[in-house]
Amino acid sequence: MDILAQQILNGLVLGSIYAVVALGYTMVYGILELINFAHGEVTMMGAMVAISVIGLGLAAGLPALPLIVLAMLAAIAACMLLGLGIERFAYRPLRRAPRLAPLITAIGMSILLQNIAMMIWGKQYIPFPPVFPQGEHRILGAHVTDVQIIILITTVLLMLALTLLVKHTRLGRAMRAIAQSQPVAQLMGVNVNAVVAATFAIGSALAAVAGVLVAANYGQAQYYMGFLLGLKAFSAAVLGGIGNIAGAMLGGLLLGLIESLGAGYIGQLTGGFLGSNYQDVFAFFVLILVLVFRPSGLLGERVVERA
Amino acid sequence: MKALSLAVCAALFLTGCGHKASDQGGDVVKIGLAAPLTGPQAQLGQDMANGARLAVDEINAGHPQIGGKPVTFRLLAEDDQADPKTATNVAQRLVDDGVAAVIGHMNSGTTIPASRIYYQAGIAQISPSATAVKYTHQGFDTAFRVMANDAQQGTVLGDFAVKTLGAHRIAIIDDRTAYGQGLADQFERTVKALGADVVDREYTTDHSTDFMAILTNIKAKKPDLVFFGGMDPQAGPMIRQMRQLGISAKFLGGDGVRTPQFITLAGPAAEGAYASTPGLPIGKMPKGPEFQAKYTAKYGPIQQYAPYAYDAVYVLAGAMEKAGSADPKTFLPVLRQTDYQGVTGPIRFDANGDLTQGAITLYQVQKGAWVPLQTFQKH
Repeated sequence: MDILAQQILNGLVLGSIYAVVALGYTMVYGILELINFAHGEVTMMGAMVAISVIGLGLAAGLPALPLIVLAMLAAIAACMLLGLGIERFAYRPLRRAPRLAPLITAIGMSILLQNIAMMIWGKQYIPFPPVFPQGEHRILGAHVTDVQIIILITTVLLMLALTLLVKHTRLGRAMRAIAQSQPVAQLMGVNVNAVVAATFAIGSALAAVAGVLVAANYGQAQYYMGFLLGLKAFSAAVLGGIGNIAGAMLGGLLLGLIESLGAGYIGQLTGGFLGSNYQDVFAFFVLILVLVFRPSGLLGERVVERA
Repeated sequence: MKALSLAVCAALFLTGCGHKASDQGGDVVKIGLAAPLTGPQAQLGQDMANGARLAVDEINAGHPQIGGKPVTFRLLAEDDQADPKTATNVAQRLVDDGVAAVIGHMNSGTTIPASRIYYQAGIAQISPSATAVKYTHQGFDTAFRVMANDAQQGTVLGDFAVKTLGAHRIAIIDDRTAYGQGLADQFERTVKALGADVVDREYTTDHSTDFMAILTNIKAKKPDLVFFGGMDPQAGPMIRQMRQLGISAKFLGGDGVRTPQFITLAGPAAEGAYASTPGLPIGKMPKGPEFQAKYTAKYGPIQQYAPYAYDAVYVLAGAMEKAGSADPKTFLPVLRQTDYQGVTGPIRFDANGDLTQGAITLYQVQKGAWVPLQTFQKH
């Protein structure tokens, strides 16, 4: 029983992180039908900036709580700027280009950011200083750390805030309008460039938070960490139905749970024939199954081909 | 097309000439050195190169003679960037440059593909640091190493786990790389032969940082020791997550874990972890302190592989002098008969080119630093 509870908790924590990163993919896709492959690298940059700020703060003798807030804000600010910059210089000039062109730019951006991070912070994994609370608790027999609780609560809050933003604000309405039809929204007086920029800024801010939490949870960060995380989060967004915000959340949590339970029970299910090395295979097998039967993802709307 | 083939012919002719000059034991004997001299492992690679340089300078200062003729050794250092593709290019370049022997490479992943090129060219190769078993087990009579291999390490680790730490219920994780898997397999065979139970075998990758799922599985099996075949970027978070989950089992790893980086990444969770490294701690090497003084005066602190590269050069030069020739065909059989007391310990090769008496040292993290516990060495 504690083992099952522990595996579910592991999956929820992992899934929450996927979900927050997946939101960034899905928002941009919803509006521009662009897969922003550099999003994972934005997450990594958030983690790296936070580590640098915490390092400086510790040297200056700041206490833990203001330091966490400061690091978080610095990471968010840096990532928002980065997101805005990526949109302005890499994607906006190509907005009317064939769809393959921005996709290639996105991959190039991802590699560029990795290399920039490698030049600044080096190739080694760098430790995340233990400034977050380090307490441990038992819930239903499962071990939970403070950082994991922070991750779960932050994820719920971010999702609520984002849902409110999209459903009940002017900006949210403009985002939805552009998602439906960019030319019509423009005719109705929506400033498309401003809204797209805002979308990138919000998605990057979410990525920054996710990056800091991932690094705090695992105690380390490296220039390459955003790549795999981004790939998983992208898969989560597709699983939930890319372009759909609730779908990204559901997809993230599901992917986390599938991975965790898959690694936990695949050995028993197959009588030891397959081991935990099939963890990722299992997760992606489920993804393929879902896409075969529901090509637009779990919560994705059926896309009617445009006339 | 014709111009191209002409150019190729010319190139072949030129390199052919170069090779001949060194074969005839002219005044310069070229020894290649291949290691990552740039990139994240540059420090280790440079350390190796400096160790070899120190030996070459010392030997040259003693006016060496081969077959009665005075010679000068020259070290050609090449950067393989720890990348297998680059390593084969570098190997080919060294062969084309007419080296008589090569010290290198540093990583098993580069040493193995390069070894085929040296074998085909008939050039002696001594790796100071590659530990993968396969390197000397491809049937190449040109491949040697001056460090204990992973099979020897896995065996010692298994012995240590069962006999010294008294482990009965053992869980094993590996990162599915050639190194991690090889080490873990040899460890598993050894502990099973010694009568311990392997209660769980789990797998991860060399990019993972989340091990909660597999560790939760392991926790259910209540092991008293967890063995990890892999590197420090995984081992650091792994031991943290173990302690987080309330697993109090001992943690044991190989040389990929016994790094300062592991302690940095694991933080306080590193305390009490065990890991091994081939070779002796520099202070315990037969001529370690003496070498350390010489090396530090010239190049700064020793990283890791410098004494092995240093010994490798002496072993090569010794074989050439004894054979009276810098032609690999002549000195290779003499190299195999090497019996040399090096800085790192006795160097004698078995039929594969492995050390017969490779030492393995066990370490434990005590108060935030790796402290040597004991050394295993066949006598």
